[in-house]
Amino acid sequence: MAFVLTEEQTMLRDMAKDFFTEQVPVANLRKLRDEENADGYDKDVWKQIVELGFAGILIPEEHGGTGFGPMGLGIVMKEAGRTLAASPLYSTAVLGAGLIMAAGSDEQKAALLPNIAAGETLIALALEETNHHNPLNTAMTAEKSGDGFTLTGDKKFVIDGHIADTLIVVARTGGAAGDAQGLSMFLVDAKADGVSITRNHMVDSRNAASVSFGNVQVSADAVLGSLGGAYAELESSLDLARVCLAAEMLGGAETVFDTTLDYLKERKQFGVIIGTFQALKHRAAELFCEVEICQSVLLDALSALEERRNDTPRAASLAKARVGDALRLITNEGVQMHGGIGMTDAVDMGLFMKRARVQAQMLGDTNFHRTRYADLGGY
Amino acid sequence: MTALDSFREETRAWLEENCPASMRTPMPEREMPWGGRKASYPNPDTKTWMDNMASRGWTAPTWPAEYGGGGLSKEENKVLQEELGRIKARPALTSFGLWMLGPALLEFASEEQKKKYLGEIIRGEIRWCQGYSEPGAGSDLAGLQTKAEDKGDHYLVNGQKVWTSYADQCDWIFCLVRTDTSVKHDGISFLLIDMDDAGVEARPIKLISGASPFCETFLTDVKVPKENLVGELNKGWTIAKRLLEHERSMISGMGMGAGAASMGGMEAVAKENFGADGDKIAEPGIRQAVAEHKMDQQAFGLTLKRAEAEAKAGQGMGAAASMFKYYGTEVNKRRFELLLDLMGTQALGWEGEGFDKRELAVTRSWLRSKGNSIEGGTSEVQLNVIAKRVLGLPDA
Repeated sequence: MAFVLTEEQTMLRDMAKDFFTEQVPVANLRKLRDEENADGYDKDVWKQIVELGFAGILIPEEHGGTGFGPMGLGIVMKEAGRTLAASPLYSTAVLGAGLIMAAGSDEQKAALLPNIAAGETLIALALEETNHHNPLNTAMTAEKSGDGFTLTGDKKFVIDGHIADTLIVVARTGGAAGDAQGLSMFLVDAKADGVSITRNHMVDSRNAASVSFGNVQVSADAVLGSLGGAYAELESSLDLARVCLAAEMLGGAETVFDTTLDYLKERKQFGVIIGTFQALKHRAAELFCEVEICQSVLLDALSALEERRNDTPRAASLAKARVGDALRLITNEGVQMHGGIGMTDAVDMGLFMKRARVQAQMLGDTNFHRTRYADLGGY
Repeated sequence: MTALDSFREETRAWLEENCPASMRTPMPEREMPWGGRKASYPNPDTKTWMDNMASRGWTAPTWPAEYGGGGLSKEENKVLQEELGRIKARPALTSFGLWMLGPALLEFASEEQKKKYLGEIIRGEIRWCQGYSEPGAGSDLAGLQTKAEDKGDHYLVNGQKVWTSYADQCDWIFCLVRTDTSVKHDGISFLLIDMDDAGVEARPIKLISGASPFCETFLTDVKVPKENLVGELNKGWTIAKRLLEHERSMISGMGMGAGAASMGGMEAVAKENFGADGDKIAEPGIRQAVAEHKMDQQAFGLTLKRAEAEAKAGQGMGAAASMFKYYGTEVNKRRFELLLDLMGTQALGWEGEGFDKRELAVTRSWLRSKGNSIEGGTSEVQLNVIAKRVLGLPDA
């Protein structure tokens, strides 16, 4: 278990921190929002992210990546979270690369991974069908037709769906909603006949889309992973993404905490700095404890992924749920402790709070992961 | 037939005659009857209804008839409200003049001021906003710095107010100003300012909910006639405190049950999203969370009722307004957090396709609810008031 970053990881963190702070500050997200940017991300920023090697951070060098592994990816995601950086990093470098590495054939890896690392192919996972994350509840079907399959159904909350080149679609080739057996994954061209993508405008000003599949024909080599048995491959990649999300969330929590702490040290009322009030001191100290607790569960979860530990699913649920709880508290307190100005759009508190609630729903909220944690614990 | 019965009969007949049919339907936000010089009436019935009600003084039913109010007794007003409720009538006039300034004027203003301002409020001719907070005076409201200098026949006002509700659409502003810089609370006066006067400028503030219901209001060398001072010079804090009580009770009651109600109730939302096992919410954790919230809400409602009963009996819970403001707004915030949890991604839309109107309204209301524990005195201030005035805990 690695609770202390290595020298190499520290360098990566510092590089990522400098990059996001200087090149992709929160102002970047505001600009995308206020300009109603059609892509929902800044292509120049993405180019720089690719040049820094972040898009291929998970991908081994043989496929054009930097092979820094889950710990490196988590480190970068956390720094991206600190500035609410909008980019296809999560959809493509975390979920896309993760799924293809976990389930892809040699041919699929060779065809897709170098393009992902080069920032040329954007991937989106089309998984969710209901208001709450639950992969087992997948109902969309893929029926055998000729040599290939026919995909029919609707997906929602597809992160970066409207900018993706390739969709990874989770559908049933057997079983019924609720069954682990019968789930399959397919690589589908976003421009394929029958695929209809609608961008949804979310509260956090980040990308999500609804995608409907009307008799979409795919060939047999579009199958990603084992036919009817993709659940395990899917879940292991989702756990990687859950931990990376927790990292991004903790980055946000850190910024909100730091900013709020600064405010407590400068805002004057009743002739004194408000940070001199014991009621506020204690609440700030409580938030500090929350952040520290979260650092531990995050580092443990990243180590679990890195070391391919058996308890990775539990560590991932622990991280997602625990950071989720902390982030809700910290964003709420961030607004409240800023007072009226915290309610204004001019201050960043609201942006972090909005993002936090979307992150909470991505790949399972606290309720989902508490239940899963107990299930995995056998009680 | 008692006098009250005949009042009911007469009222019912009058309302039948004078309340337009469209005023008995749910009110869209843009048809809110705020009145004032800048008002527009997308539905002309709104104005008709306002004028009809104002002609009887029923926009302010219990205010004295000599100022244009309805002059109704408590019992008669109860009948009127019941009859309005019976036909699902929209409010004829919503205004800070009615809710906040009017009661203060009735208590503190001179006879001339009452005659001039109360009638304008009742008839919806002037829309008022409140100029209390300043960038440097939030929780520490009495630390306000907007200065009114005595220039013989007028006050010269300079300063900046913030969180002035809808100031860009208002006609007049009631302000707390500093008339003595050598003392704190005893150097504050209550001044009425016409926003058409030179030197008054209101700039809307964009909130995290995307709406701009508040403004920053800049006062630069504004000349205010001396007769616009309400109450005694340097005694404005007494009026301010009274008004704050009105504001606090208003905010604590805000949105009771709203949000979830529009979605068919918290239980229904929970079952829709997490399934039902017979009558029960299928997921035990969610079921517990819904029950916990409903208990909090019921407990709060019961406490409001108890306070009402005690007040009638001549007893009173100390610092009740602070307790209700604190508890009511915290419960409201939790309600929206729970609603977000239950609705999942459907409560996370901002605009456009993929979300229906009610879902989008929940998102915005959730964001708006965060301000409830800040405006009208933060939760922290309310807890301080309780600790000091009720519990008698000493200052540091």
